[in-house]
Amino acid sequence: MTAPHLRATPSQTVGPFFAHALPYETGPEVVPGWRPGAIRVHGRVLDGAGTAVPDALVEIWQADEDGEVPRRPGGLRRAGHGFSGFGRCATSPDGHYWFDTVKPGAAGGGGAAPFIAVLVFARGLLKPVFTRLYFPEDGAVHAGDPLLAAVPAARRGTLVAEREDGGAYRFDIHLQGEGETVFLGF
Amino acid sequence: MSHPPYLYPGYRSTVLRAPAHEPVMPVLGPDSVELTSPVFGHEELGALDADLTGRHPGEPLGERIIVTGRLLDGSGRPVRGALVEVWQANAAGRYAHGGDRHPAPLDPNFTGAGRCLTDGEGRYRFVTIKPGAYPWRNHRNAWRPAHIHFSVFGTAFAQRLVTQMYFPGDPLFAHDPILRSIPEQDDRDLLVSRFDLDATEPEWALGYQWDIVLGDTPTEA
Repeated sequence: MTAPHLRATPSQTVGPFFAHALPYETGPEVVPGWRPGAIRVHGRVLDGAGTAVPDALVEIWQADEDGEVPRRPGGLRRAGHGFSGFGRCATSPDGHYWFDTVKPGAAGGGGAAPFIAVLVFARGLLKPVFTRLYFPEDGAVHAGDPLLAAVPAARRGTLVAEREDGGAYRFDIHLQGEGETVFLGF
Repeated sequence: MSHPPYLYPGYRSTVLRAPAHEPVMPVLGPDSVELTSPVFGHEELGALDADLTGRHPGEPLGERIIVTGRLLDGSGRPVRGALVEVWQANAAGRYAHGGDRHPAPLDPNFTGAGRCLTDGEGRYRFVTIKPGAYPWRNHRNAWRPAHIHFSVFGTAFAQRLVTQMYFPGDPLFAHDPILRSIPEQDDRDLLVSRFDLDATEPEWALGYQWDIVLGDTPTEA
């Protein structure tokens, strides 16, 4: 006997009016910024005209420093310096988002390099876009990463954050147009 | 595929926001990170989070309703302990959001945001008021059918779903590009709740029933 296969509920846009419902105060703090080893990851969400997207919701999900994916609650309310692996940040009027988190260890098999899973919802996106943020200092393992290897070389750079002078990682997300970010087909 | 495409010009905001490139499918499918999901606990939610009518000193205006249903995977198995978040306009069709310029009254007793965790049978349940339809500026005389926004976590981050639940028989369905962006009528119908006398509570609130089915992760398909 085969299990019934139900039709999946279709996606609809998050719309422009979620700010009173989805963001929460500690959403961007996957760990507190004062924690030793904390990193800042930030960037802007931009549309096909290069204009800031001021009403996007960015979510991240990642492994901890040892490559372990968290299995315990804590995504909404973290105790002390606990790490939940989940972050949520609404973009500001200039399209900017940020997270304080830790650099993940490699979690996948098959030579996968460390990455943060990134999801963007917005008005005008009828379904979210998925991408991955890779780290620039891991260039040596990027060559063996199964996803990066599948991406045309000219677009690979859109998946790799830039290290800024202050140590933060910059990751702009281009929904469309020049330098369109590589999105994943989940 | 039941989901809308990214580009649907009838919904104007897609024109500059829809990715133009085909999405890239990782050869090995989603990785361990994308095949797992954040876990949420009851201690993170407030006792009244699932009652959108009970968050203020007074009762909100409008038709009190109960919205309930099950969160299921593609095989019909319940997804337990999953975070379900909802938000909506008030009975007059106005959001408690600074950006909403519709000249309809705000309700001081209604914010329109709630959340809960699914129970052992995958069931969620919210008490709220029926939202109103409202105009938007997508095209001339554009009105959104009444809807409640839903955000759902599955067992995989790759299953993350944000969608909208509609009410049966709404005459605005035929004129709404957001609903009509879904190619197949059968799939659009999946977003319409049904009136449910069993979920209705006598002398108190009408009940609506709406199940949510998460897509398979690609490696399961």
